[in-house]
Amino acid sequence: MSAIENVSRRGFLKGVVSTGAFVLCARLYPEALWAADSLPLDSRVEGAPLHPSIFLGIETDGTVYIVAHRSEMGTGIRTSLPLVVADEMDADWKRVKIEQAIGDERYGNQDTDGSHSIRDFYDVMREVGATARVMLIQAAAQQWGVSPSECTADPVHAVVHRATGRRATYGDLATAAAKLPVPKKEDLQFKPKSGWRYVGKGTPSYDLDAICTGRAEYGMDAHVDGMLYASIEHPPVLGGKVKSYDDKGPLAVHGVRQVIPIDPFQGPPASQPLGGVAVVGDNTWAVFQGRKKLNVVWENGANESYSSDEFKKELRKSSRTAGKVVRNSGDVEAAFSKGGKVIEADYYVPLLAHASMEPPVAVADFKDGRVTAWAPTQDPQAVQETIAKVMGIPKDNVICHVTLLGGAFGRKSMADYVAEAAVLSKKTGRPVKVVWSREDDIKFDYYNAVAAIYMKAALGPDGKPSAWLQRSAFTPIPSTFAPNVEYGSEGELGMGSTDVPFDIANLRVENGPATAHVRIGWLRSVSNIFHGFAVQSFADELAAAAGRDRVEYLLELIGPARILNLAEFGYPNYGGAPDKYPVDTGRLRHVLELAAEKSDWAKRSRSKGKGSGLGVAVHRSFLTYVATVVEVEVSSGGEVRIPRVDTVVDAGLVVNPEMTRAQFEGAAVFGTSIVRSGEITATKGVVDQGNFDDYPVARINEAPYKTNVHIVDSSAPPAGVGEPGVPPFLAAFCNAIFAATGKRVRDLPLSKTSLSA
Amino acid sequence: MIDLKVNGVARSFDGDSNMPLLWYLRDVLALTGTKFGCGEALCGACTVHKNGEAIRSCVAAMRTVGGAEITTIEGISHDGLHPVQKAWIDANVPQCGYCQAGQIMQAVAFLKSKKNPTDDDIDGAMAGNICRCGTYQRIRAAIKAAAGEQS
Repeated sequence: MSAIENVSRRGFLKGVVSTGAFVLCARLYPEALWAADSLPLDSRVEGAPLHPSIFLGIETDGTVYIVAHRSEMGTGIRTSLPLVVADEMDADWKRVKIEQAIGDERYGNQDTDGSHSIRDFYDVMREVGATARVMLIQAAAQQWGVSPSECTADPVHAVVHRATGRRATYGDLATAAAKLPVPKKEDLQFKPKSGWRYVGKGTPSYDLDAICTGRAEYGMDAHVDGMLYASIEHPPVLGGKVKSYDDKGPLAVHGVRQVIPIDPFQGPPASQPLGGVAVVGDNTWAVFQGRKKLNVVWENGANESYSSDEFKKELRKSSRTAGKVVRNSGDVEAAFSKGGKVIEADYYVPLLAHASMEPPVAVADFKDGRVTAWAPTQDPQAVQETIAKVMGIPKDNVICHVTLLGGAFGRKSMADYVAEAAVLSKKTGRPVKVVWSREDDIKFDYYNAVAAIYMKAALGPDGKPSAWLQRSAFTPIPSTFAPNVEYGSEGELGMGSTDVPFDIANLRVENGPATAHVRIGWLRSVSNIFHGFAVQSFADELAAAAGRDRVEYLLELIGPARILNLAEFGYPNYGGAPDKYPVDTGRLRHVLELAAEKSDWAKRSRSKGKGSGLGVAVHRSFLTYVATVVEVEVSSGGEVRIPRVDTVVDAGLVVNPEMTRAQFEGAAVFGTSIVRSGEITATKGVVDQGNFDDYPVARINEAPYKTNVHIVDSSAPPAGVGEPGVPPFLAAFCNAIFAATGKRVRDLPLSKTSLSA
Repeated sequence: MIDLKVNGVARSFDGDSNMPLLWYLRDVLALTGTKFGCGEALCGACTVHKNGEAIRSCVAAMRTVGGAEITTIEGISHDGLHPVQKAWIDANVPQCGYCQAGQIMQAVAFLKSKKNPTDDDIDGAMAGNICRCGTYQRIRAAIKAAAGEQS
């Protein structure tokens, strides 16, 4: 729902376009979204007020400015949304310039997470583009004294009168169009799919050249004249406080100017700074060196009792004990008591860190009660809110410029590191750049939850389950925001738990309690990571027990094509309206069947001998259906290679297939890292890992050699592509290892399972 | 005083001789194309050339680069794009792009010594450069394309 306004004379895009330019803005009602229940910092609230939202400016020289209000972290969203506008208005993409929006609630939701940018903004971007086209045509028709219906914008960036061949460029028409009223939405004509220039075709990133020449500006590259650099020694245990420290040592380091304590956070950590001691100076190296001489003595607090080894046992126990029932149909206990073949399995996925290549970093300048920040953030409005709260100033007094993000994967939706820069700028009276080291990044992350999942099924005589019980216990994300949260939110449970898509008469899903001792946050695909892994691994175990072909068995588990009604289980469906985005098992079946075809499953899964094998998994997340087939080779020494991955994606309408393919190639590598080596542990509350030596991520020789991505041609509404590739990859990879070695991987990472022959 | 050349320009440095070249490039010379990723030579994001060879600038103390010719991503080509950069653009390699300057610098140095690399050669040469977005198969394709161009 949106309304377009002509704001050419109201000073929007001031400083970007000149007087006489044609500027449109869209007033947008954010769609009632996946309001990840009970999370106070989630700004995607229902019923947000009407806001001007998206700006489009056409300069008199024909340059088209489109504001990107979502953050670019590598998904290509800064390219793909403007591309929709440019296509619908028949603009020449080469003449489009993208302006990155600052944080401003008038843009509607800017939190670039949850794989929802395209689905939330596709329609309104189209509308803005179509409005501009109609107005430009009208301006030309008026000038020529002809009917708009006799004119076309087909030639790109210009309007032509068909009968006479008269032609006017968009630049020529901008000033006249700026004076026209905006056509009603009902009067807009959208281009037919056959006329699309860019959408569905694959356009490279707007920033491609800048990236490849080193000119692209990330948060790490932000610079303000007169700025100081800061590095912060955080409390090693969450909630710890400074008892004492030495400032003489750091101050003796050449280039160090100040040593400044930062207050510990109050209440739940949320996005508040962690506290600690900052070393401030003239360059990054100096402050890194100074930090080593702080000798901070800490008061660690209650989380000192946390040991991940012990915690694993508690979590396992929780997953093995009757929990909160979150979905129930039929009577699993009765079915289990009938006997037959009962199969149980325990799965475990540890805490995972984001480890984006660019560690958290931000510049902030505090002056006269106002803060200007430059940050690689997924959510500039959260930066405004966090800084306002921490500094006690109004939100409108915080300006947040969004740089490119050197990866984020969910970490940079939290604004703690930007608030640190603001606090230090106030204390020093200078602009300050806070740089997190890699160790800071790994040790003080908002980790993906640690999870234990217990699975139990009874197989009938036909090998199909008559009963299915799944129970997960995991450290919930809301525990970061509120005290005493032990159970998962509907949002987290709706990622592979309450939405298990199997056609089983007796089915129960439960959630066991778990208490977090570190900050828990969102990581690419979130709780789909452990739920998807467990469900799709267990399905493979059942198929193995039944002696069945995996693809055929999965199709039987899914059952006939139908729409699942999960509303009664509180299933949030990622905020997607159930009529627009139903849970459609037909689409799930289709991607699986297609993956079998594209991977030549029937032939290759049988021909594999000892030491090599194929695994398959299928999973719907972020409203997108994905099936993945992974091929592995396992040497006698237990070394695993991944020669080939085939992934089939049904994400509805795909705006940018090129970027979508890249997202699924990347998801396979991301999943490889999780399976091979993703593990954060803690001893006495202190995280044990700190860099890429003890928290390894997949390298070129460890990643899949080739990932083939097949995108289903679909006219269904657009869905997510950034995250949905990860969950099915994890199980498919481990299922392939089983096919190759007969060894079942239930505990991640892979190093917990000996694969040597 | 440490004298060196950076992208062909003579420079002298009189600060802490233990400061890694990375921070000299970034914080002193404002050549920010070279990225900080780990500080321990584990990820390759900071890769530059010292006398034509790829090094990790995050662990190369300034005292070790006296008299050296340093080349960064900003200095890799004086007229238009280097063939490796062009191959990177043609293969649409980057996602977030943060590691790519390091990847490109590593690939440029590698291709000087290996004209027609095999997959194993490429994996061996590039295994020190992490890409968390997972662009590896495109990196491999771009290196092969660039090798084809130069041979």
